[in-house]
Amino acid sequence: MLDILRDFGVLFLIGSYPTGPLGGLAGTLLLSILGLGLSFPLALVLGLMRTSSQRWLLWPATIWVYTLRGLPLLMIIFWAYFGIPILLGHEVSAFITVVCAIVIYESAFLSEIVRAGLEGLSLGQTQAARALGLTYFQTMRYVLLPQALTNMLPSLLNQFVSIIKATSLAYVVGVHEVTLVASQVNSMLLTKPMQVFLILAAMYFILCFSLNRAAGALERHLARR
Amino acid sequence: MIFALLLASTRALPVRPLRLLVAAIVEYHRNVPVLVQILIWYFAVPQVLPDPLRLWLNRQDGEFLFSMIALALNSGAFMSEDLRSGLRAVPTAQFDAARSLGLSQIGALRYVMLPQALRIAVPAIINQTLFLFKNTSLAMAVAVGELTYRMHEIENTTFRTFEIFMFGTIAYLTFSFSLMGLGAWFSRRYPSAHRI
Repeated sequence: MLDILRDFGVLFLIGSYPTGPLGGLAGTLLLSILGLGLSFPLALVLGLMRTSSQRWLLWPATIWVYTLRGLPLLMIIFWAYFGIPILLGHEVSAFITVVCAIVIYESAFLSEIVRAGLEGLSLGQTQAARALGLTYFQTMRYVLLPQALTNMLPSLLNQFVSIIKATSLAYVVGVHEVTLVASQVNSMLLTKPMQVFLILAAMYFILCFSLNRAAGALERHLARR
Repeated sequence: MIFALLLASTRALPVRPLRLLVAAIVEYHRNVPVLVQILIWYFAVPQVLPDPLRLWLNRQDGEFLFSMIALALNSGAFMSEDLRSGLRAVPTAQFDAARSLGLSQIGALRYVMLPQALRIAVPAIINQTLFLFKNTSLAMAVAVGELTYRMHEIENTTFRTFEIFMFGTIAYLTFSFSLMGLGAWFSRRYPSAHRI
């Protein structure tokens, strides 16, 4: 197992980076961070729509969220894989395809977190802010969202872990992230699948476990305040 | 599900090494992507199996069996967490009462704690079933002939991408929505007796 790590450790960590595309664990992280960063603004808008009292805002957002929650991510990756080139009229790289798919998919889940964060605040906050003469957007911007966002942080971190796990699906369309690297190494060595995939599992485990623990610690910290 | 019951009950028993073991199993399944788990079962596990068993598996469809094991263990681990929070929601006095009535630890779990915990945990478990259902699409990666894989096959032979994708999407959605509906119905039909 150690010799595999010695020979292919760098490949696992950054893929064939200086000569090829950034990959491996770094590729996985890049995918996840892009996924979370880009889907959050979308989720914020969706979350606000889901808590809105206007029907024409509420319904499209609800349909969007429920549809995406009902579909496997793999389906959405395939839709993106075939749909985006048709929409744009030219080919895009597999990496961008997967980022788009993850952004669309996670926007639904993150918007539920945003909604829960907003609904977790007491109604008195809204009433007080409105009574002080703030408009809807001022209420959101200065009163509700700052509090909701702080409360949401642990859930966001948990969702980030889900995104990291979700990026392993990018392997199916050939993005150079850590799962693909592992299967490449596996086909190079042929005889040691157990060791290779255990290394892969261990990498995910260390990453996700520590993030989960961090989320737990953050939650306790916020609860104490 | 059976695996989940087993895990959750073991974790509730006051035997420390067993609890640690279960915690480790659960953490492994929660922190490693399902796809990787399937790949491990499919590529890595046959390597350590004895030869006759491996040959036998190759003659059967091993893909299906391995994906099934991987998915079962994975959702078992997640469900055991749901059950555990269900168990925690049942007051511990119930357990003590059952013990003082002369039930053994396992008996107390089996007849007193678990039935109550199950009921509390049902919405979470239905939700988990939804995830399991969506995760079956991953078995495609090792070429099990499930919906997503079949879609791909038909698409490769007919090139009618959109119709097929539309059909697959609708098929998934129909089932998912029915599950979500079931969950919603259950929580309306059996509102939790005591707010937690």
